[in-house]
Amino acid sequence: MTEYAVEIDSLVKMFGDNRAVDGVTLRVPKGSIYGVLGPNGAGKTTTINILATLLKPDGGSAKVFGHDVRKEAHTVRRMIGVTGQYASVDESLSATENLIVFGMLLGLKRKKAAERAAELLEEFGLTDAANRPLSKFSGGMRRRLDIAASLIVVPALMFLDEPTTGLDPRTRAQMWDTIRTLAAKGSTVMLTTQYLDEADNLADRIAVIDRGKVIAEGTPDELKSSVGSSTLILAMESRDQSARAREIASDVLGVTPKITDAGHIVAPIAGAGAVTDLLIRFREAGLGVQTITIKKPTLDEVFMAITGKTSEDAAEGEP
Amino acid sequence: MTDAAHGKTANRAGLRESVRQTSVMAYRVLLRIRRRPEELADVLIQPILFTLMFAYIFGGAISGDPVSYLPLLIPGILVQSVIMGSVSTGAGLRDDMDKGVFDRFRSLPIARAAPLAGASVANIVRYAIVVALTFAMGAVMGLRAEGGLIGILAAGLLVTAVAWCISWIFALIGVMVRSAAGVTGISMIILFPLTFLSNAFVPVDTLPPLLETVATVNPVSYLVTAVRELVNGAAITNDLWLSIAGAAVIVLIFAPLTVRAYMRKA
Repeated sequence: MTEYAVEIDSLVKMFGDNRAVDGVTLRVPKGSIYGVLGPNGAGKTTTINILATLLKPDGGSAKVFGHDVRKEAHTVRRMIGVTGQYASVDESLSATENLIVFGMLLGLKRKKAAERAAELLEEFGLTDAANRPLSKFSGGMRRRLDIAASLIVVPALMFLDEPTTGLDPRTRAQMWDTIRTLAAKGSTVMLTTQYLDEADNLADRIAVIDRGKVIAEGTPDELKSSVGSSTLILAMESRDQSARAREIASDVLGVTPKITDAGHIVAPIAGAGAVTDLLIRFREAGLGVQTITIKKPTLDEVFMAITGKTSEDAAEGEP
Repeated sequence: MTDAAHGKTANRAGLRESVRQTSVMAYRVLLRIRRRPEELADVLIQPILFTLMFAYIFGGAISGDPVSYLPLLIPGILVQSVIMGSVSTGAGLRDDMDKGVFDRFRSLPIARAAPLAGASVANIVRYAIVVALTFAMGAVMGLRAEGGLIGILAAGLLVTAVAWCISWIFALIGVMVRSAAGVTGISMIILFPLTFLSNAFVPVDTLPPLLETVATVNPVSYLVTAVRELVNGAAITNDLWLSIAGAAVIVLIFAPLTVRAYMRKA
């Protein structure tokens, strides 16, 4: 038995001439939360849909717990749960009826399916809405019902495609709790997200995807250290000091800092120690510092460092 | 844990599982009808409205008076309404395949054809409603079925079975066409000529020669005649066997085609 929940090798999926997935290779360790991070149109959803047996790949291989998604699709389906970007529940039925039907399809008897439906509705705070038509459900309620439907039989591997897109902050926090609880109970979770903080908060490992390719992979800390351990942000007392301050900083730190539109000087630094030397040189040069900030890098900066653009820029560049 | 929960490791659903899953899918369609009874509007209104209209508009001209027209009309209405009811298999299927819930079905460890088979089975309820309503309407208006209860039951069974067979044509259209409205549109273009250019509402010898020929060879005419013979005398005729054979041929051709087209998309 393999140690990976998901093994993807050189996966390719074409839509016409567009290589939506262009040679993705990655490994998801069992029992982990794995984040697939990237802008819109990067190929995240396509990759998940191939793993969930909803799409057939054009090249490469994808295995779930060692089973090929093409040749052993039915076996793979026994082990996975999928919650997509759009609610995959029956709009014409009530929440309870949805869960009962899905439960019975999974082999539960009518009575057992009804019990499980009631449990899940309780767990996801939907008991009051159990018999209301789904057309009256908010986006958050729908998403919760969708996840509940994927948990009737707790899957060994759960795919969540942008589970918090479009949710308000409170519902988003609830969703994070649900995901952590699921992983704590032993399921592997593979989620896609456009939000860097979400991947940073939830995932044990992250793959950054852009234009169908994996451009970086590792733990959140590894990704962050790849762009320098910290970032220094300086605001001088007056803006006309910025250019001179940059020269000095460049000399002391050994890298050329950027000057932002607001006149702030931004530079990667190895550790806070280097700042002492810099401040002494500033005083000798008669430059005054207004504020000084040292930040651990965010995944936004990781994305910027790898692709040379911010995640928002990248998202705008794609349809 | 999932493997153990399902108690199976085979790479496909077994026959018993498939039958179970099909019945759950049929149950789902029935639940939906309970939530949205307006989806039954066609099978509820058509038998009542058409029987009333046709009987009082054409009854006098064709048979002298509305009641005398009923033995001719009721089987015709029955066949037409049931066949039209079978279109909803295709429209419902198209509707389903376009919705998010279909993605979930496709990711579940169930037989690939279960949603298709379930929809097909659930629609038998619609045919039964048409049969019951049409005969009830006939009885209210004064139809005296010489074939008795046996004849009526046999006629009901026959049209239900044939409609189920014919529904595979519309299921195929449903799988191929892009929208549910398109399914209904295309199906009606086929059905209106097919049901009206038959002996369903008039004796064929009143038609111009060309139409008479068309109506005589029209398979719908065989079914209408078979139903008439059952209702009006519990008689088993060649038309009955021909209708059953024709329906069987339709299933043998269209069911595999539909399943194949469906699997390619599912």
